Amino acid sequence: MSIDYQQYLSKTAIGLEPSGIRKFFDLAATMDDVISLGVGEPDFITPWNIRELAIQALREGQTAYTANAGLLELRQEISNYLYKRFLVEYQPENQIIVTVGASQSLDLAFRAIINSGDEVLIIEPAFVSYAALVTMAGGVPIRVETSADNGFKVTPEQIEEVITHKTKAILLCSPNNPTGTSLNRDELTAIASVVEKHDLLVVSDEIYAELTYDQEFTSFAAIPNMYERTILVNGFSKGFAMTGWRLGFLAAPQELINVMVKIYQYTTMCAPTMLQMGAIEALRNSSEQVEKMRQNYWRRRNYIVQSLNQIGLECHTPGGAFYVFPSIKKSGLTSEEFAHGLLQQEKVAVVPGNAFGASGEGYIRCSYAASIEQIEIAMNRIARYMESLARTENAALEIAK
Amino acid sequence: MKLTNQELNILAILDENHNVSAKSIAMQLEMTEENVYTLIKKLEEEKIIVSYPTLIDWNKIEGKETIVAMIDVKVTPQRGVGFNEIAEQIYRYPEVRSLYLMSGTYDLSVTIEGKTMQEIALFVSNKLATIENVVSTTTHFMLKKYKHDGVIIDGNEDKDRRMVVSP
Ligand SMILES: Cc1ncc(COP(=O)(O)O)c(C=O)c1O
Repeated sequence: MSIDYQQYLSKTAIGLEPSGIRKFFDLAATMDDVISLGVGEPDFITPWNIRELAIQALREGQTAYTANAGLLELRQEISNYLYKRFLVEYQPENQIIVTVGASQSLDLAFRAIINSGDEVLIIEPAFVSYAALVTMAGGVPIRVETSADNGFKVTPEQIEEVITHKTKAILLCSPNNPTGTSLNRDELTAIASVVEKHDLLVVSDEIYAELTYDQEFTSFAAIPNMYERTILVNGFSKGFAMTGWRLGFLAAPQELINVMVKIYQYTTMCAPTMLQMGAIEALRNSSEQVEKMRQNYWRRRNYIVQSLNQIGLECHTPGGAFYVFPSIKKSGLTSEEFAHGLLQQEKVAVVPGNAFGASGEGYIRCSYAASIEQIEIAMNRIARYMESLARTENAALEIAK
Repeated sequence: MKLTNQELNILAILDENHNVSAKSIAMQLEMTEENVYTLIKKLEEEKIIVSYPTLIDWNKIEGKETIVAMIDVKVTPQRGVGFNEIAEQIYRYPEVRSLYLMSGTYDLSVTIEGKTMQEIALFVSNKLATIENVVSTTTHFMLKKYKHDGVIIDGNEDKDRRMVVSP
């Protein structure tokens, strides 16, 4: 007898949209010699001193559970770090949780605050997981679309327009994946007034905080009156080049943290112990290396933004992260057609913008977490691809005549 | 000497790869190409950029294998003949790849490259040891190069282990 598994599966789970990135990955992974601007993680390897401390922890036999919220010593370092870098004060004992990546911090935040039917505003284009995480927690993701006209910055008016009595929180991500857009203090302050007026919470995804180039990074929790309303999400993946370690952290008012710790102890217990030991070293002794990587990304950003604009793929200069989000509308193709053609014809992988929400249609995400040499080759290939598209178009016009 | 941020950034780029084009540097630092040229010229004239060596692993090439020795040299500087004069007598020899004045139990550290051990031994006994004021030499043959000038030889960390596309 054949089993109809569909009837067993959760409707919520089945209803989740498959990630647009996954589809593209499956295609790119079958090809050789691809130059990839499609990678959402640093091309640097974790600094050696951090790796060494994790190795030492293993040698010493640090293989038992830690406290649910993580090693107190690490939480202490996180507390120092948040205060020193962003001027926000969190108590290590009861306001910080070490999680399995920022991904899990986001999951915990939503599980802790969402009742069935609560609405969470998601500013798009957005990181692919957001809407799914809200849905899985029983909430309803409400999409707020931004546009290239103002560099994909969300305005208080756009937010206010979609707020209903069911709105519980806004998910902010600055610097943003996929647009690289950074919101400065004034822009965050303007959003804060809407948050206060409508009595909302903000889940602030600050995973790219270390990778900010033109102006100083501002944490949403540092905006006046927002500390009490902010669930701050950050981690080691991007700035410290530690994606595979799966370590992130949450900081929030104590009452929220209490509930999140409760959930965490049932779902996960704690983050891997020996890796937490490495993370202590990351916060203590790696600022020089982090700065060096930041400088490197900054130079690549300048290079790639100019190259793309020269090729005719218009893009704004993003203030942070390691992504640029150029318009491909000139090509007359959809984002997916453009990206597929580019991969097939020139073996350059980028991510179609619509993978990050409908407002990403007409754009592609190019990651510059790649060496300058690689970026240079990729830019030459993209230029060649654009020329070939123009030629086909001309030929088609001729035939039509 | 104090350098500007622009100059420091140019050095950082060249330190990673001296083959990079002026156009690329200009784009990375949001400068004009002319400006990049001018600053590099200036850094070269001031001998801040001393040269652009290429790191070649000769041992990979048949018939070109080389042997390297590092020699600790003790000297007794005489009145009127300081370390600099003795050093010059040594660094003039083309066999000498590098020469440093050191603190500690010896004075000069000499790096010699040769085709065979005999060649190096001959150089030490015939040329180095016979220089006036050289008191003693200790020769260390290099067995394997792991890292040179910040570059890991045959390292495998350059390999990109990431998935081609990720969120
Ligand atoms: C905006 C954003 N938030 C969160 C994450 C997840 O980070 P982590 O590796 O810490 O789970 C990513 C990773 O791509 C991201 O881009």
